[in-house]
Amino acid sequence: MKIKRLLMVLLGSLLLGSTSQAASLLITNGLVFTGDDTPPNQLDILIEDGLIEAVASDLSTAEADQLIDAAGRPVTPALFAGITVAGLSEIGMVYEAVDSRLNELYTGLMHPEFDVRKAYNPLSSVIPVTRIEGYGYTLLAAAFGDRTISGQGSLVRFDGGFDSFEGQTIVFVNVDGYSGSKVGGSRAAHWMLLETAFSSLTTQQGNGLWLTHNEHPLINQTGRATLENARENGIFVFRANRASDILQALAFSQQHHLNAVISGGQEAWIVREELAASGTPVVINALDNLPGSFDGLGARLDNAALLHEADITLLFTSGETHNARKLRQVAGNAVANGLPYEVAIAAMTSLPAEIFGGKPRMIAPGLRADVVIWSGDPLDVSSAADQVIIDGKLDPMTSRQTELLQRYLPTEAGLGRAYINP
Amino acid sequence: MRHLICVLVALLASLAARAQPEAFPSTYVAPAGQPVLFKNATILTGNGRRLDETDLYVAEGRIQWVGKGEIVSDATEVDASDRWITPGLIDVHSHLGVYPSPGVAAHSDGNEATAPVTAEVWAEHSVWPQDPGFSRALAGGVTAMQILPGSANLFGGRGVTLKNVPSISYQGMKFPGAPHGLKMACGENPKRVYGGRTQAPSTRMGNVAAYRSAWIRAQRYQADWDRYNQAVKDAAAADDSSGASVASALLTNTPPRRNLELDTLAGALRGDILVHMHCYRADEMLTILDMAKEFGYRVGTFHHGVEAYKIADELAENGVCGALWADWWGFKIEAYDGIQENIALVDRPAGGCAIVHSDSDEGIQRLNQEAAKAMLRGNRAGLDIPPERAIRWITYNAAKSLGVHEQTGSIESGKMADMVLWNQDPFSVYAKPMQVYIDGVLRYEENNPSLSPQSDFELGQLIGAKR
Repeated sequence: MKIKRLLMVLLGSLLLGSTSQAASLLITNGLVFTGDDTPPNQLDILIEDGLIEAVASDLSTAEADQLIDAAGRPVTPALFAGITVAGLSEIGMVYEAVDSRLNELYTGLMHPEFDVRKAYNPLSSVIPVTRIEGYGYTLLAAAFGDRTISGQGSLVRFDGGFDSFEGQTIVFVNVDGYSGSKVGGSRAAHWMLLETAFSSLTTQQGNGLWLTHNEHPLINQTGRATLENARENGIFVFRANRASDILQALAFSQQHHLNAVISGGQEAWIVREELAASGTPVVINALDNLPGSFDGLGARLDNAALLHEADITLLFTSGETHNARKLRQVAGNAVANGLPYEVAIAAMTSLPAEIFGGKPRMIAPGLRADVVIWSGDPLDVSSAADQVIIDGKLDPMTSRQTELLQRYLPTEAGLGRAYINP
Repeated sequence: MRHLICVLVALLASLAARAQPEAFPSTYVAPAGQPVLFKNATILTGNGRRLDETDLYVAEGRIQWVGKGEIVSDATEVDASDRWITPGLIDVHSHLGVYPSPGVAAHSDGNEATAPVTAEVWAEHSVWPQDPGFSRALAGGVTAMQILPGSANLFGGRGVTLKNVPSISYQGMKFPGAPHGLKMACGENPKRVYGGRTQAPSTRMGNVAAYRSAWIRAQRYQADWDRYNQAVKDAAAADDSSGASVASALLTNTPPRRNLELDTLAGALRGDILVHMHCYRADEMLTILDMAKEFGYRVGTFHHGVEAYKIADELAENGVCGALWADWWGFKIEAYDGIQENIALVDRPAGGCAIVHSDSDEGIQRLNQEAAKAMLRGNRAGLDIPPERAIRWITYNAAKSLGVHEQTGSIESGKMADMVLWNQDPFSVYAKPMQVYIDGVLRYEENNPSLSPQSDFELGQLIGAKR
């Protein structure tokens, strides 16, 4: 059984490599998680021309160019990789290959117009490394740093496209203690600057608002236009861990009519009633359980479970880019600490798309066929993605890392490893 | 009077000839633990065996027997049916206490980044025992760990092996009898830190030149002591019963001036201090192995070794362990070739010594999960690694790297009762330690506040926050 399955997967890979995409693909006997928070069912999935054509308990009579017997293995929508800078950072400390952050060269305190999508490189080795682990998309971020506003980004699909951006413009705002210490020495400076910037929008001042200090512009015309547009159609992701900072973000968002998402949220459980009342989603790293700073004295492992119990929409991020593939381990730990399993699955699949305005990412007819067949429980460290399918195409499941493995796995190297070219 | 002089001379001679009295000795003494009988457990012994439905008896701080044997009448009985027992987990690479939580600048005590060779510093003098990370690691099943200096320097200083027991002092945590480690670093970090100050080293060749210069000084220092000790010894052997020759030897041979930096380096040359070498690239590790041959010392363990899989055979042949991550890569160019099969490939050759290390206050809490990921990747690559083999990476092999494998790191009668009782197979994201024992003392129990230690720092925080 297992060999047959492998053969079929291999055959699929060969077909993919030799010809253009197969027009249709049938996955049978999957333990299918549709991507919402309902329990899985044993189902078949028919994919045609990149879209899910049918999902039903028995499609074995359907004709398809390719067949994969999932043999009871879990099948999910391709996962969300969290808030990352994938495609913006080839190597963390090779700064000329990192484009996620605006440094001090550019004058001015606030540049929401800084758009990291302009720097996105889908051919980065990070993308296949992440994709073959079952991940289909990420929220591409202007890296949180020492400015009040880091810039803008959006969802991006890991389909290899140069402009595979989706959903709303996301503006990244920092209101935590660390960045506050860099901006005027106080987190209150963030609110001072934000208040000034957003007031300038409502009062319709002609030219950019100027700070008297050093005559640096707080925000220029383009930046103001970005904020105007994001207020109408975008989302503001506030980086905040301390309970009081989260409440300030909620109050500010209400005052200025912003769609807000909290990222960090280590102490979100303390203000969960207020978060629930405002309907604000929270993105957490469910492994945070240490007081890493004085902003996170309340970090605890059951944060996710507590927020869910309070009816707060929850997403995960790991803070990693190169190792963004760790995110399902993060979600698994949330489950191990009380979060219902299917809620974690939804948070890893459909919910991020829903919150950040992307196309629906469920296993349902008419939707794009980005799905993953797993060797076992997708949230456990004891299983891995067996086959990733993007746009109905079988991913070749290769990355720079699989090629390194192919080179070094053989015990004999002949003339040398350089001659083993996968 | 003459007799007294003789005694004094002999005493002086013995003091001069011997190592200094142990500095900053361990004050850790395990309290008496209750004898415990674990019934019907699945036991991963830590040194390669799996025992199903097996009993295990612990008393007087030691594992008394595995399988069958006698017990005292008042032993506590733990039904371990469907539960798993492993040795206590050991992390060979931690910065708990030296880079503690909260990570404020005033607590950043892990790198004496003021000179590339600081073999004279000891990590234990930076350890803040109130780091909340210790208790979190305990809840993850960690019973011992090595606290290392950082990697800014070529020679970063001495590491210390601690038992994971709460204490006011690091001396109260110090693993009795464990050798010191010497932290060294290859590659980018030292050359970046000092090159950035237009100071040596600024290149990898500068790194190697500086190591070698330091080893040459250490060899000379050792030779000076050897010569002095020999002279005193010779004089004692030729004793004319008056002690005059010893006295004369002591007078004519001034003892070399003690030097803290060279004490450490000479200790590493002698093998009394175990060398822990931060190194990513395969070619650099081979350079280091050659250098070790040049100066006649052993590299105990390469840490991080993101490219260790490229030289797994050479590591095994040289008896060098690789303390590695399951999946970290790409954060700098010397970590660009990381693959998830690294640990499994280093484990593959006969004599291979693979270790999962954390270098992280998060990772140390989940060494079992990190090992699970590495085991999975090995199995998917066709290497056939069962749990009883993979558990060695976080128990026995780690103990060997730290030189404490005679005392701990495996479930064998006579060894320290450092153990974890798991709710299930530990190689899962859902596995949790239910109980953690150190020297037979129950130090942590899940959902039991009276057995969940908290550091002083955590007391009284967030008063008024609703729970």
